[in-house]
Amino acid sequence: MIETGASGKLARRSVVQALLQDRGDLLVIGGLGAPAWDITAAGDDPRNLPLWGGMGGAAVMGLGLALAQPTRPVLVITGDGEMLMGVGSLATIATKQPRNLSILVLDNEHYGETGMQETATRHGVDLAGMAKAAGIADSRRVTTAEEVLALRAAIRAGAGPLFAQIKVDEKSEPLALPPREASILQARMREAILGPAAHLQ
Amino acid sequence: MQPAQPAEDWPDQIYALLKEHGIRQVALVPDAGHSRLIKRCLADNDMQVVTLTTEEEGIGMLFGAWLGGEKGVLLMQSSGVGNCINMLSVPIAHRTPCPMIVTMRGDYGEFNPFQVPMGNATQAVLEAMGTLVKRADTPEDVAPTVNATLRMAFNTYRPTATLIGQRVIGAKTFGK
Repeated sequence: MIETGASGKLARRSVVQALLQDRGDLLVIGGLGAPAWDITAAGDDPRNLPLWGGMGGAAVMGLGLALAQPTRPVLVITGDGEMLMGVGSLATIATKQPRNLSILVLDNEHYGETGMQETATRHGVDLAGMAKAAGIADSRRVTTAEEVLALRAAIRAGAGPLFAQIKVDEKSEPLALPPREASILQARMREAILGPAAHLQ
Repeated sequence: MQPAQPAEDWPDQIYALLKEHGIRQVALVPDAGHSRLIKRCLADNDMQVVTLTTEEEGIGMLFGAWLGGEKGVLLMQSSGVGNCINMLSVPIAHRTPCPMIVTMRGDYGEFNPFQVPMGNATQAVLEAMGTLVKRADTPEDVAPTVNATLRMAFNTYRPTATLIGQRVIGAKTFGK
């Protein structure tokens, strides 16, 4: 069930839970900080790559993965601060138009890991508008549960690239930490995609 | 015995090595020194060539490619190395291959003052970030050095780089 927080905006954990329900082949990269904890709270899984660093790189990591696995849906879930740091990558992604890539920004308008300082989206920066202007035609702003469900269907439809700026309540959720040893994180995802042969490449 | 390729064909020799190693994704910010190699890659339907807005995107893209079982390479100029520093934590922490082929500026007979600080620091910066760095300063050295860089990246799972010296490429002089 998709919930709202005290502000009336969407509750981030319930949004991620809904998006990853019955995920099938979906491969998920979680941007550092709260999005990595959010995808972990929905159920740690070898098909998840939660990031502990590399700020600004989540979307373009999704591009490399989407190009390598064109028949599988790839979903990047990241935060507004992380996306703003790598906002140029929206142009890079748009030039390739990967049908199987979706980028979702959980936009709480704050840097949640460092003391809730305001990001540029707090001052009106329109990430969905930037993505659209870069050339990602299906770029949405999501504020309601109905729009989340429509987004879930679109991610699975493979008609990307798709970008969504999801306005979420700023409340910090309890930590849900994935494994911190990053060699395990990459190896388990590679094995989930490629089978045991992954380790002999 | 096959006749040896002329040494000035080093960009074509790099292209042949990319094919031999099964490289499928080529991430780049253009440099004049890489222009011939870039043309060869663009003409290859089995390679995805991605022009980046900044070089650090290439570090992330190659990581994503490896997650999906594809090999990639990052082509850039030495100034671009400075844009990659923190993102190198990604292949280091995950222990994933990240081969880079860097054409040098600010290295030997440079004309532009702005190229010198990063050109002079390129090797030190990469090594400070845990990258295995090898230099090629003659045309004959380029192919074996790039081969070693690709082999060490994919066999030992880490960032590696070949720096192609300005003596190989020739300094841009703006007529001076």
